[in-house]
Amino acid sequence: MKRAHRFDVVVIGAGGAGLMAARYAAQNPNVSVAVITKLYPTRSHTGAAQGGVGAALGNVTEDRAEWHAFDTIKGGDYLTDQDVAELFSHEVIEAVYELEHMGLPFSRTPDGRIAQRKFGGHTREFGKSAVERACYAADRTGHMILQTLYQQSIKDDVAFFNEFYVLDLIIEGGECRGAVAFELATGELHTFHAKSTIIATGGNGRMFKVTSNAHALTGDLMSIAYRRGIPIEDPEFYQFHPTGLYKLGVLLTEGARGEGGILRNADGERFMERYAPSIKDLAPRDMVSRAMYLEIREGRGAGPEKDYIYLDLTHIDAAIIEERLPDITEFARIYLGVDPVTEMVPIQPTAHYAMGGIPTTIDTNVISDGRNTIVGGLYAAGEVACASLHGANRLGTNSLGDLIVFGRRAGIRAAAHAAGAEYGPLPSDNQDASRELLERLRAGPRTERVAHLRRELQDSMQDNASVFRTQELLEKQVGILADIKARMLHIGCEDPGQQYNTELMEAVELGFLYDNAEQLVFAALNRTESRGAHSREDHRERDDTDWLKHTLIYKDGDGVRIDYKPVTMGKYEPKPRIY
Amino acid sequence: MEPNEAQESIEATEPNELIETVDIVVKIKRFDPDADSRSYWAEYTLTARPSDRVLDVMHHIKWEVDGSLAFRRSCAHGICGSDAMLINGVNRLACKVLVKDLGSKIVIEPIRGLEVKKDLIVDMDSFFESYKAVLPYMINDEAPPAAERLQSPEERARFDETTKCILCAACTTSCPVFWTNGSYIGPAAIVNAHRFIFDSRDKGTAQRLDVMNAGNGLWRCRTAYNCTEACPRDIPVTRAIEEVRRAMLFRGA
Ligand SMILES: Cc1cc2nc3c(=O)[nH]c(=O)nc-3n(C[C@H](O)[C@H](O)[C@H](O)COP(=O)(O)OP(=O)(O)OC[C@H]3O[C@@H](n4cnc5c(N)ncnc54)[C@H](O)[C@@H]3O)c2cc1C
Ligand code: SF4
Ligand code: FES
Repeated sequence: MKRAHRFDVVVIGAGGAGLMAARYAAQNPNVSVAVITKLYPTRSHTGAAQGGVGAALGNVTEDRAEWHAFDTIKGGDYLTDQDVAELFSHEVIEAVYELEHMGLPFSRTPDGRIAQRKFGGHTREFGKSAVERACYAADRTGHMILQTLYQQSIKDDVAFFNEFYVLDLIIEGGECRGAVAFELATGELHTFHAKSTIIATGGNGRMFKVTSNAHALTGDLMSIAYRRGIPIEDPEFYQFHPTGLYKLGVLLTEGARGEGGILRNADGERFMERYAPSIKDLAPRDMVSRAMYLEIREGRGAGPEKDYIYLDLTHIDAAIIEERLPDITEFARIYLGVDPVTEMVPIQPTAHYAMGGIPTTIDTNVISDGRNTIVGGLYAAGEVACASLHGANRLGTNSLGDLIVFGRRAGIRAAAHAAGAEYGPLPSDNQDASRELLERLRAGPRTERVAHLRRELQDSMQDNASVFRTQELLEKQVGILADIKARMLHIGCEDPGQQYNTELMEAVELGFLYDNAEQLVFAALNRTESRGAHSREDHRERDDTDWLKHTLIYKDGDGVRIDYKPVTMGKYEPKPRIY
Repeated sequence: MEPNEAQESIEATEPNELIETVDIVVKIKRFDPDADSRSYWAEYTLTARPSDRVLDVMHHIKWEVDGSLAFRRSCAHGICGSDAMLINGVNRLACKVLVKDLGSKIVIEPIRGLEVKKDLIVDMDSFFESYKAVLPYMINDEAPPAAERLQSPEERARFDETTKCILCAACTTSCPVFWTNGSYIGPAAIVNAHRFIFDSRDKGTAQRLDVMNAGNGLWRCRTAYNCTEACPRDIPVTRAIEEVRRAMLFRGA
């Protein structure tokens, strides 16, 4: 295979955001499009999403885009850019219909419309009561989105480079000219020369020990962009989903609570009544995860080590469980040997979603500073990006919406840009950094093991930088990270082979993951307030006077530099977040 | 009973298996294209928890014993379709079968009928080509309405089973017809044809049945049932094939 490629638009990542972007770029007849992905497209983690995609279709009860925008902003603890939420809540309606037209097999209402159910933080009339807004296909909504978009890409004849790991972005003179990728099958480097590059590489949950995220979610492009001088926005806002299977982290959708599921402590008490009297178990995730931690800390956790909570579905009709929640029922049966129809399921919060990411404008252009300076030809969408729609805490069902709305915008913008641009000259040394990285890892002394360092990283991040944070814990984590960083110089590779060297790729991914942890910890240490998913026990209140602003963290030599940019406000003034 | 009352009667299972360990022997069929001219068996003795997934065991080997062991995986809970392998003689996902379901001896080989690239990694390209051949996308040229196309819950239920496919290839690579004839389109492709043929919104049945009717199409199926047993998503694969076959007979193909 030739190792120099030229496409007008290169999309990195083939999850929901990448496939949507590719589809829309491909609709522009004047541009060529390729997708580079380290996994076969259908292996992307979008396929794991369960509960639904939120859009105010009003198929079950009255609903309005305006209410959806408000819920998103309030759910985001007012760190959401309000123009982004307004645009999103309207465009997501069209985008959902469009998926249906592409063939997505949504579950249906008795009158044949897309079925909708309740989800955390989604309300009618600005917080009055829960509303059915999550459009779903049983508990396989993400699977259906991923399959439908991949099917569409076959119809559109999109070019794919499967099992190609992007290792570097080619950025020259404030403009992106493509990417460098490692071909897993051969061990060779390839250069992709592009007029527009779209980053759609998903999340970074593997920096924590207990996570709902796939092994592949190591935040590669968040690290690569950072190494290339682009800041990361709001990395301290990392969401823990309340209902992960005990110890495994495998997710049980919030849709389970949308269908009536209840959280109970060891005493069988429905404790959410104390924390969120009006919407109880359907409070936003940050609040529920914190409540669970507090219950456990106060000795009301269940099990021999008193360290988990129960999800109780036993009062729900068995037929409804089997019909609407079949997959998660199977997960509980297989992995914990617990049958949700008759038994309560042991759960604990699981690292789930990065609200922050590569900063973009509302049009998905990547920006390089707090003055919104655009990096020419570079776009980002999906979980890797931060527009910022989710602010300090994402509402359930808003990520799938984000993928389709901003994936589409990215595809359209990137194609339009490419159609009117020339290829910028490619620096001759564009593969050097990638080659050095690989050679260093192949030849390393191997006195440290990748798996051990990764485990130390994950365990310590879980202990010191997860649901509750303090200055002391975060400073301790800074020390641990420095130690891990020093020891990473001693890793190496047993496998000298060129073909399918997955060991080498794990070593590369560890370095990426490390950068993600560094971004999160330093940003969290600086932010001396509690907002959304960032909860500081030594600064318990939200502080709108000093902290109603987005973090931008830059790599600065061996250290970091932190800057801030204002939140785009709109109709809604920050109010205390009570549910 | 009110749902918010304490429910003393419910016995919660304590996940005890998370604590005990057992000794196991794992045999893996290995092949390194850079070093070996043919495959060989490697044996590993280790301790595992009964609740461990086979994928956890393989990770243990890769991370602690031999870093060169190569296999695909991502989601680790049976959703992405990366890690179909022949485990104790049956095709399954390594992340969806637990040590306690296999006993103390675990034998792992690559799925059959596709070229082995390295250890458990096989060439998936021909599998995806067969999938693409059935035109696995909605065919309907009528202008869509402003909102959704309507479909009743009954019409939706008609093809529910086959929407679950994760393209793991466990079915196709357990099929004796496929082993002897790699050009046979295979059960996975037929399952995906079924998903569209029985979707009330789709208009591409004639084109898909033409593909099914071709030389390496559906008629090659000998109803061995291996596919149905192998499917990790519990799709009744043989029944789906049978339904497509009937659609073909009905149209007089
Ligand atoms: C278990 C689970 C359930 C969820 N349920 C819901 C839900 O019900 N509703 C909701 O709204 N959200 C849900 N989410 C969140 C949502 O699914 C994800 O945020 C979203 O799918 C991410 O999509 P993406 O397209 O950004 O990335 P992904 O789907 O993760 O895709 C990333 C892509 O990037 C590629 N890639 C990564 N790194 C590289 C590299 N270095 N080189 C080349 N390619 C690379 C991968 O191969 C992959 O194709 C859930 C998440 C999880 C984990
Ligand atoms: S039908 Fe079942 S076994 Fe076959 S590819 Fe699909 S999920 Fe895998
Ligand atoms: S790793 Fe995804 S199906 Fe097993």
